[in-house]
Amino acid sequence: MAKKLLKGCEAIGEAAVQAGCRLFFGYPITPQNEIPEYMSGRLPQVAGTFVQAESEVAASNMLYGAAGAGCRCITSSSSPGISLMMEGLSYIAASELPVVVVNIMRAGPGLGGILPSQGDYLQATKGGGHGDYRLLVLAPSTVQEAADLTMEAFDLADKYRNPVMVLADGLIGQMMEPVEFKRHIEPEDLPAKPWATTGARHRPPNIINSLYLNAEELEQHNLDLAAKYRRMQTEVRHGTYQADGDLDVLIVAYGSVARIARSSIDVLRAKGIRVGLFRPVTLYPYPAEALVEAALRASRVLVAELSTGQMVEDVRAVLQGRRPVEFFGRMGGIVMSAEELAEQVEKLVTVAA
Amino acid sequence: MYSEIIMAGFGGQGVLLIGKLLAYAGMKSGMEVTWMPAYGPEMRGGTCNCTVVLSDRPVGSPVSRTPHGAIVLNLQSIDKFEATVRPGGVLVVNTSLINREPRRGDIRNVLVPANQIALEAGGTKAANMVALGAFLGVTGLVGLQPVKDVLAETFAGRQKIVQLNHVCLDKGFEIGQSQSALAGAR
Repeated sequence: MAKKLLKGCEAIGEAAVQAGCRLFFGYPITPQNEIPEYMSGRLPQVAGTFVQAESEVAASNMLYGAAGAGCRCITSSSSPGISLMMEGLSYIAASELPVVVVNIMRAGPGLGGILPSQGDYLQATKGGGHGDYRLLVLAPSTVQEAADLTMEAFDLADKYRNPVMVLADGLIGQMMEPVEFKRHIEPEDLPAKPWATTGARHRPPNIINSLYLNAEELEQHNLDLAAKYRRMQTEVRHGTYQADGDLDVLIVAYGSVARIARSSIDVLRAKGIRVGLFRPVTLYPYPAEALVEAALRASRVLVAELSTGQMVEDVRAVLQGRRPVEFFGRMGGIVMSAEELAEQVEKLVTVAA
Repeated sequence: MYSEIIMAGFGGQGVLLIGKLLAYAGMKSGMEVTWMPAYGPEMRGGTCNCTVVLSDRPVGSPVSRTPHGAIVLNLQSIDKFEATVRPGGVLVVNTSLINREPRRGDIRNVLVPANQIALEAGGTKAANMVALGAFLGVTGLVGLQPVKDVLAETFAGRQKIVQLNHVCLDKGFEIGQSQSALAGAR
């Protein structure tokens, strides 16, 4: 297929269709409205169904039902709407159902604003809803990657029977870039889901449930989930830019900030500063081993986020004090410029010298 | 090659469209491109704008505080973006709606009565095309033909619109080229 110029939101919608997903449930909220807008036009073309639910709570429970029936399904929302979906997501995680959830983050807390932010990192990577569960979390940095990771999210969701979140922000959602859809999957070619509740004629009934009143049974369920999350650790992936060899500073950033950091690095490298980028693509599981390897070749680490400092907690936990970890963040919907991030790096280098 | 361009004007002047045309034509010419709209409260009332980055390498930041070029179609936009253009950059000014002189001496100011030219050609709605044409005429960043091709694709089946816009692109392009030649002669 030839390259198209698409918004991140549109690319995510088309990627879901190309992945064989035919069901979308959601409720409008800026800055992700182009996803439901796209799906409302696109899904009927492929005999799919678009449902604008009465609320995000309803949408997440529609997702719960559709996934239980064995269908590939997706929802998208933005920060406050994702919070409303958390009850349903916890049930879905408990019931081990494959769904894809897209969060195009906006600035918070509360209703906040509609501009880009990365303030939902902790919510996304530490479970988010009640109970004790994890989502697989994928963080695209380009529109192409938003498409690729959305397609992959469906495969990972099916593989682990676990909800997968595509975590991006208003910048990735609203910007246009060339994108190519590399795979095409028809729903009927997807592997069977023998656990799904599709009608129990000629077989014993399947039960999808998250209620375990017996403590021993529930603890065993918790242990099984924990074992699954350990198996998911093999899915870690990351990207780097100019991060070979010894470094004065290693920038750690994901999503939109990671691409801004590339611009900063070009400027800094031209000035002779040895700076590189480590970019987690999976935020859960976190690419810990690769981060350690890159960070140990650097004198210091700078974590840059559009938040007051969330991923930096994971970076510090991974590095365990082996390298100084500094933080730089912008908030409120202000996207840091490549120049101001470069200034932060230069400050660190000056302090060290 | 690496260039950041901001296009700004009132909502309805078609700045998002000329940004998309520039990005699409850049992509078809083999460049790496991004198009980023300002979608926040800054759009309300004042200016609507978008940023296009054209590059021969993958694009990092899709937003710019110091663009290499700006196309400003109304007064608010020149007030907001004139100061941000990098020294040596290009500022295309729609003099039909901007009744003040440009203030920068260290950038190339391209003065185009875009609304007037578009009106003479058949409709002021195509003033954005005159301005884009002028920008292309001065900078040569992307060829005129790929932009025309993309426009014809975008408005397939609406021959009148395509024709008017093509004429306006041409007229703007000529002005851009002549002003570019003047600058060269100095």
